[in-house]
Parts: sequence; structure tokens; C-alpha cells
Amino acid sequence: MIKMISTQKIPPILTAGEPEPTIKIRPPKKWVPVDLHELWEYRELLHSFVSRDVKIRYKQTALGFLWAIIQPFFLMVVFSLFFGRLAKIPTDGIPYPLFSFAGLIPWTLFAEGLTRSTTSMVHNAGIMTKVYFPRLIMPISGVLSPLVDFTIAFVILLFMMAYYGFVPTIAIVLLPLFILLAMMTSLAVGLWFSALNVKYRDFQYTIPFIIQIWLFASPVVYPASMLPESWQLVYALNPMVGVIEGFRWALLGTKPPEAIILVSACVVVLLLVGGLFYFKRMEQYFADVV
Amino acid sequence: MSIDNAISIRGLGKKYTIGGPQERFLTFRDVIVNSVKAPLRRLIQRGADQSTNEFWALKDISFDVHKGDIIGIIGRNGAGKSTLLKILSRITTPTEGEVDIYGRVGSLLEVGTGFHSELTGRENIFLSGSILGMRKTEIEQKFDEIVKFSEIEKFIDTPVKRYSSGMYVRLAFAVAAHLDPEILIVDEVLAVGDASFQKKCLGKMGDVAKQGRTVLFVSHNMAAVSKLCSKAMVLNEGKITYSLGNTHDAINHYIACVNQLAKIPIRERRDRQGEGKIRITGFSVLNQYANEQVILVSGQWVEFQIYYECISEKQYDNLTADISIHLTSGRFVTLLSNKFSSEPFNQISHNGRFSCIIKKLPLTPGSYSFNLYIAQNEIMQDWIQDAVTLTVEAGDFFKTGKLPPSTHEGALFEQIWKEV
Repeated sequence: MIKMISTQKIPPILTAGEPEPTIKIRPPKKWVPVDLHELWEYRELLHSFVSRDVKIRYKQTALGFLWAIIQPFFLMVVFSLFFGRLAKIPTDGIPYPLFSFAGLIPWTLFAEGLTRSTTSMVHNAGIMTKVYFPRLIMPISGVLSPLVDFTIAFVILLFMMAYYGFVPTIAIVLLPLFILLAMMTSLAVGLWFSALNVKYRDFQYTIPFIIQIWLFASPVVYPASMLPESWQLVYALNPMVGVIEGFRWALLGTKPPEAIILVSACVVVLLLVGGLFYFKRMEQYFADVV
Repeated sequence: MSIDNAISIRGLGKKYTIGGPQERFLTFRDVIVNSVKAPLRRLIQRGADQSTNEFWALKDISFDVHKGDIIGIIGRNGAGKSTLLKILSRITTPTEGEVDIYGRVGSLLEVGTGFHSELTGRENIFLSGSILGMRKTEIEQKFDEIVKFSEIEKFIDTPVKRYSSGMYVRLAFAVAAHLDPEILIVDEVLAVGDASFQKKCLGKMGDVAKQGRTVLFVSHNMAAVSKLCSKAMVLNEGKITYSLGNTHDAINHYIACVNQLAKIPIRERRDRQGEGKIRITGFSVLNQYANEQVILVSGQWVEFQIYYECISEKQYDNLTADISIHLTSGRFVTLLSNKFSSEPFNQISHNGRFSCIIKKLPLTPGSYSFNLYIAQNEIMQDWIQDAVTLTVEAGDFFKTGKLPPSTHEGALFEQIWKEV
């Protein structure tokens, strides 16, 4: 009933002697490489997202940034009472409050990063369906924004170290590495979860539960040395073991856990690479399913 | 010729799966249940048509856009315009075909993308600007200009949640209007905001075009399309029915299509949306003597009747029927609905009519198109766009023999004027 009117002959796309297109749009592929150059081009957007998340986090709260330390602080008090006083868990000679707080801080960085990156895609669905940018920016900003809370809590930790008379050893220069490893862990897991969460909203509901179990599977309230020697490396398959043990070593001068860190770091790299590829593949469908 | 191309599109298609579980959020349970069911279903339905749940939002789209062209893309809702823009903006991927784009693309599919209500106007300019692809230094440079354009200088440090909707839209558009890409993709964003601001935005877009940028513009507003665009094309049901050419001819083709469609008996229309438990089977326009009307007259008594049929014998409650009236050139005029003037219909008969009486038709002379819509419990049952088009001729609405000039097409109001 509606006539096709053609006023224009369509020649095929010529490929020789032409400038390269800036953007090529093609149907979804199975393997999509991560475009690091493009990611770098979008660094200002990453900064905008992180600063937005930091700014709105404590808007209209009376306590504001105090919230950054309230949660780990009270967890520390509770842990010190139950695990330190009552259960008398050995802590490699470190006062229990300091021991647990030094574990809780990188733990919180990881847990917050994982939570925020998992929900990042769905929370920003409105933006994602209206404008293009490398979607990787979303989970990455979810992992970066808890750094502000981390920094505040870290200052408290320094005060506690001073109170207990702890002087850090030279190993403290490696501390940034472990902070990076914590964030890489939350990004590695967050990439998988955020991509899955776009399609299956189940994942955002499992997060609190997973984090709770993971907390006790990591050496936050107890030292890794509590486990038998022969199990140490199996234990280190949980990357947070390497992160937290490394963090304590760098800061409080506990026994250096080289092997554990190596195993944990390898696991993180594997998870991260796998996560990146999975994310890039699923990214092509996000706007249609979110 | 191809050296000057800004966009080349070849054989573009996008397929969606509908009706299946994809329609809502999948949960693990669904996947598990489906993976058990799927092999069974495959056994049962062997050889059955698998394509029934598939629908091509776009198919076989090929065209070239030259640098500096301002292209209008017209078509009814669901014609595939938005899908096309989403693919060109790289929000979604095509199912087949390829697109090459030469130049930096900025897309405006919505006003206020990325705005956050807790942040101030100032903060939102930077946030939204960077989401739309501006650099920070660029935003800083244009900041004063953006604020001035938005006319909300005084509230720039107030959280936007305290803004009126008009202020919000103005600020949002001000950011968008200062986007400076080589290729600009614009969806129906001008449909918001008050008339004078719309005019200002159109002016701004015209300026952008004069600077030699390439613009792709989707709109229902034929006046805007013919004013802005150097070329236009018409999409219908995912296909190009009028390929890129003279804007005026494209608009005429579109209007002809709409008129032609409206001539098809409603019962035979297949371009419907909705669950379909209740279907619209006819529409008639009567005068007070129950005579069918082909042409209406401003100010006359008129009754619209929507004929419907229920698919099952079930009793249906809470029904709403809407008639949306717009000018065939695109602009909406009004919406009639039983939910405005009375209660929803309850316990309706299995097949019958919904009637809507307008005692004095307040429409200026012109050509109007009617969308018909039926919902039950607020779930769309049937929706036919451009079900009919009707011509309204000059009538004595004001009892003075006078009517507004044709530049002011649309609604008429009863009015009382006095010197006081």
C-alpha cells in the first residue's frame, strides 16, 4: 500500500583511497578487545562520575563524611569484643583493635567497590540508553569512588597506630600496591557481576550475602597464620587474603606473606582479564536488555 | 563523492525478540525453568515458525549523509527512527549491516541526560556536559554562555531538585545546545519547553547547521523539519519508504502515507500495539442526528464512537478509552479520555461501543489525525496510531463568523472579552 520511492542509487562502501572512518559500527562480535586508548580519552568522564558519586553520597546527611568511618569503626569495636576479648583470637602480637581495623579498611574498600560496581550499570541505565561512552567507565568509577572513604578511614588508622606506638617498617612503600590490588579485586569481580546484573537482577541481591560470607573467608577478624601451613596457598586463592595480609605486613610489619600475595595476585589477574572480555562481549547488548 | 561522506550506512538491520521472557527482567529461576522447558518445547514445536517472536525494528537501511547536510528523519511512532538514532549513537548494536562515521559524534536523545537532582545547576552543567562528550576546558569556556542561554543565572548554585520543570528543561537544553561535535544526532528533544524557548533552541540549531556541521534530526514537528532540514527521508515499519531527498516532498509523502493508512478499515489494520485482549474494530464520527460525518465543521456537535470487541468471554473492569488528536503535520492538540471526565468503564459488554460527545467542536480548520487507545487496568490493550484523519472546515464557532488565521491551527476557546 505504501510505494517505495527511490531517488538515490546506493553504491557499496568503497574502501580504497578513502580516509579511515572515525567510528565503525558493526553487528556484535564474540571477542571485543579492550580499547585502552579510548578509555584514556574518556578519563574526564570517569572523573565526573566519581566526583558525582562522592558528592551525592552524603548529601542531606547530618553526619556527612563521618559515615565513612562509623561503619568500620563500630565493626572494629564489635570484633574486638567478641573475637579479641571473648574468643581470644591470636593476632601475631598486634593489639586486636588495631589488627582488625587494619583488615577492615582494605576490606571495606573492596566490599564497597564491589557493591557499587555491580549496581553501576543498572543504576545508570538512564544514561546508558541515551548516550555512548565506553561502558567500562561505569564499574571502574564504582571501584574508584570508595577511595575517598578509604582515605578518611586510613587517617584514623594512622592515629590508632600512633596510639599503640606502632612505627611502620620500610615495607610501607609497598602499601599502594595492596590498595591497588584491593581495587583490582573488586573490579575483577565487579565486572562479572555488573554485566550479569544487567540481565539478571539476582546479582545485586546476592551481593550483601556474598560480602558477608567473603568477610569471614578472609583474614579480617583472624590472621591467615591460624590456618595450617599446608593450606595457606589454597587459602590464598581468595585474593582478599593476599590483599589483607599484604596490607598488614606493609603497615604493621607482620610476617611477610610473599607466596600468598603471589597466588592472590595471579588469581586477580585471571579474574580481571576474564571479566574484561566477558564485560566487553555483554556490553554490546546492555542497552537492549537493561 | 564518498570523500565528503559524514555517515555511510549499508544494509542496516536491527532485530528484537518480543513476547518472550526478554520482555521483563530475567531471573535465574526463569533461566533454569527455560532450560528445562526449551528442549521439550523444541520437541513439541518442531518445524514451527521460530520467527513469530522476532521483529525487525529496522531492515535494509542504506543511505549516505554528506558533510554539512541537515537530514530530517520522519515517520510515525515505532517506525524505527529511535532505533536508527540509537545505533548511530552507538548505544545499541545493529543485528546486521554496517555503518562508517567520519567525525566526532554527539547525540542528544533526551534533554538532561545525566542530570542529578541533588546536584546544583553549576555541578550539573559540568556533569551533563562531560557525559554528552564535552571536555572540561570546553565547558569552562562556554559556562557563562550556557548559563545566560538558560536564563537561570540566579539559581545556578541551587540543587536542581528545587527547580521548576521549565527551569530544569531550560538548563538541560542550554547544555545540550552548546555541544559542538562534527556530527550531531538529535531526537525529538524540542518537544519540551515553552514555545519561546523552543524557538530559541531551533534558532540555535539553525546556527549549528550554518557552521557546516552535519545534523541528523528526528521530529514529529513538520514545521521544524521543513525549516531546518536540507534533506529528509521517511521511515515506516523499519524501512525507508522515501529515500533521502527534497524535504518538502518527503513531508508530503509522509502525510500521504498517514492519510492512506487512515483509509484502511480499522478492522484490517495490523500496525497495532498492546496486549490485544480487547481490540478496536471501528471508529465512527456522528452528528446529533446520528448521521456519519466525513468532514467536520468547527463548533458543531459531534459524537466519536470507538467500536471494540473482547477476545474472550471474560468480564472486564476498569477500562479507559483515549482519543488523541493531532494535526497531520505532527503537533498534538488534545487528548480525550473517559478517565478525565468520568469513571473508567466497568463490566463492559462483550462487544460494543464507547461514545464520546463533544458539544461544540473546538478545532480550527485543518487536517487532523486520530490515535485510538484502549487500556484495561492501565495496561495497553490496543493502540492504533493515525486510525483516521478528518478534515475540519471553517464553522461559526464564535457566532461571529470569524476564526483565527491559519497560522494558528489547533484549538479554539470560548472566550469573553470586556473592557474593564
